[in-house]
Amino acid sequence: MAIDTNKIIKDLNIIRECREELRVGIWQCPQFLFIVMGGITILGSLATYYVGTQYAEPEIVVLITLGVTAVIFSIGHVVVANFSHIAQVNRAKSEFVSVASHQLRTPLSSIKWTLGLLFSGRLGRVDETQLPYFQILRDGTQRMIDLVNDLLDVNRIELRRFTLEPEKISLAGIAKGTMEDLSLFAKANNVDLVFRDTSASSLIMGDPRRTRMIVQNLVDNAIKYTKGKGRVEVTVGNEGTYVKCSVRDEGVGIPEDQQKKVFERFFRADNVLRYQTEGTGLGLYIAKSIVEMSGGKIGFRSKENQGSTFWFILPLVK
Amino acid sequence: MKKILFVEDEPSLQQTLGTILRQEGFEVVVALDGIEGLEKIKKEKPDLVLLDLILPKLDGFEVLKKIKGDPEIAQTPVIVLTNLEGTEDIEKALELGATTYLVKANYEIDEVVDKITQSIPN
Repeated sequence: MAIDTNKIIKDLNIIRECREELRVGIWQCPQFLFIVMGGITILGSLATYYVGTQYAEPEIVVLITLGVTAVIFSIGHVVVANFSHIAQVNRAKSEFVSVASHQLRTPLSSIKWTLGLLFSGRLGRVDETQLPYFQILRDGTQRMIDLVNDLLDVNRIELRRFTLEPEKISLAGIAKGTMEDLSLFAKANNVDLVFRDTSASSLIMGDPRRTRMIVQNLVDNAIKYTKGKGRVEVTVGNEGTYVKCSVRDEGVGIPEDQQKKVFERFFRADNVLRYQTEGTGLGLYIAKSIVEMSGGKIGFRSKENQGSTFWFILPLVK
Repeated sequence: MKKILFVEDEPSLQQTLGTILRQEGFEVVVALDGIEGLEKIKKEKPDLVLLDLILPKLDGFEVLKKIKGDPEIAQTPVIVLTNLEGTEDIEKALELGATTYLVKANYEIDEVVDKITQSIPN
């Protein structure tokens, strides 16, 4: 493997990193300040050695050491102060997302309920030709609500306020129920949903609503990213002391160079963006958090244009 | 006729849910803030209270606490209908004696009506 010297130099270019990636001034940038601290320490030691051998007066040696220490302390103070500033900004950002999301929910509920009222026929029959357009409003509203819910979940995960309420549940039962809910969506997309349960037991301690969310996110993705006719296979089976649930599709797959970013927030693969824009890139991040909080693991293998298999395992209840 | 008190500061939600509930044969009384809500519970003696949590003047948790602390009205079932959905909010409301906790954005209006019909005492 050839060593890419340019890349290494680029990675080591701290000034660029401070300016372009962190977007802070040089004297506020921890990476740069640490190098300065290192430089001062080395120079200080050399100076102390030199002075010590030349003059051998302990007062001067002590003074230099004190001087160097004072400088390092002040730089350290700047680093710490900047760090707490960043922590505050981060908290402000989370609070902003939380407030904005809650504020959005009120008008969204109001639209949702109004559409529900119109659909119910209680205000008179909706014209057949108008119906599809109301449906567009309804789908759009639901998408916004889902996005707001996802943002609130991500926020809670970041603030470590995301909690699970585990109870004894059957993963096979949850998977089957979720697939039934998604059957219309699958049909509309010309996708065959297949369910197989090969497990001897699939009892786990899990939060029913959140565990459903994991399966739903994976199956929903599998259907969404199948282009044209296809098949999505959900399998629940045992693997040692774990229950494994895999979702296999024959869809567009994930390009290899982007596979390590799949579970990051807001990740959308390039090839997917080309086909369609729906999706927030939050589902898998949330799914991963739920799986890990439940003591499990999540992963996938995927080949572009051939499909993906996403799986997760959760500990069995003895 | 069964009477429902709807404590909600958002007029459009009052209008949509109010319309359906009236069509379903309920008498619907509305209150726009916590203080008004509390006064109307005492005055109107509703069969059920729909309570938002984020309210002007007095928040829903306080209203709930006062309802459950007053022997005269403590028996009235209270459905919390809100857009707060933190686990701590849900636990707090249920501990204070709420019958059901519904997150508005996550329920269709018909589902809300069903829950109300189920919770109202005969």
